[in-house]
Amino acid sequence: MAKSPEGLEGPGFFLTSMEKAVGLARKNSIWPLPFATSCCGIEFMATMASHYDLGRFGSERLSFSPRQADLLMVMGTIAKKMGPVLKQVYEQMAEPRWVLSMGACASSGGIFDTYSVLQGIDRIIPVDVYIPGCPPRPEQVIEGLMKIQDLVGNESLRRRNSPEYKSLMNKYGIE
Amino acid sequence: MAVLTPEQTMALHDEVLAALKGKFGEGILSSSCEYDFPVFVVDKDIMHDVLVFVKETPSLNYHFLTTMCAMNYPEKTGNEFAMMYQLHNMPENKRIRFKTFIPEQKLEIATITDIWPAANWMERQEYDFFGVNFIGHPNLIRILNMEDITFFPMRKDFALEDPTRDDKNDSMFGR
Repeated sequence: MAKSPEGLEGPGFFLTSMEKAVGLARKNSIWPLPFATSCCGIEFMATMASHYDLGRFGSERLSFSPRQADLLMVMGTIAKKMGPVLKQVYEQMAEPRWVLSMGACASSGGIFDTYSVLQGIDRIIPVDVYIPGCPPRPEQVIEGLMKIQDLVGNESLRRRNSPEYKSLMNKYGIE
Repeated sequence: MAVLTPEQTMALHDEVLAALKGKFGEGILSSSCEYDFPVFVVDKDIMHDVLVFVKETPSLNYHFLTTMCAMNYPEKTGNEFAMMYQLHNMPENKRIRFKTFIPEQKLEIATITDIWPAANWMERQEYDFFGVNFIGHPNLIRILNMEDITFFPMRKDFALEDPTRDDKNDSMFGR
């Protein structure tokens, strides 16, 4: 059971801020969209399966439609030809949305330092958490997801309307 | 496939060379035996006619195009590029190879899609990676790379590592 946030507690009632209540609900029911293109995707499958069980973190419900997803998990080499596809998937996600970049290839191009591979997905979409490794072990994926949970749980409800956030989106050419 | 002995290879080489010399004379620039492959270097202007000849002549009957590819020899001034065609006579299980050199200034050669429709995508690939212009090709556009790139990545003067990547300087590796 999730720990209750800071608040005022008494017999029969509990008071806390809206932000904390929403954050608590969001962080424990993240719906990830797995965008798996190579071996990191196989590690993610292990992470999803019963031994490591991403369901313990409220993320057992994968969303294969970007419109219902909260978290875009990019796992594997992204070829330059795949770049526009990835960006379109990101644009189709509803706010608030987070991005997790798993493995060396998604984060930096990895060993594929060549003309056909995108040298890190942060060249086309903003990334919240990077998981290093080639491929990362399931424990690292869980650690990354917990970092995302921290971000989700502590995010201000006004963040997505802030000028900083808008300028970040504009930097990537996303409305 | 049975590997030919050097004597068998030389016999095949002599047989095909006699037929080619009889028909094209000086157009056959040189010939050799590479492992168990007779290789004939042909003038690029008659390359198409030579391939038609070895395919249509019943005594030769090299009817199957195994593969073809372009090559880049930057050190050979005036002969910077080459095309290679590998043919197979299936009933008699004989294989030969043709090679023709093309100058970078006028990087074009007649298409062989009229002889073998299978050459269509292979010629598109050589256009994509080397920029070889196949005269008469029905649809000479890029096949594997992004449509909008302006370079030909398999040329020797194309940088091996992605020049847009900035994290591979010495400070990253403690050198």
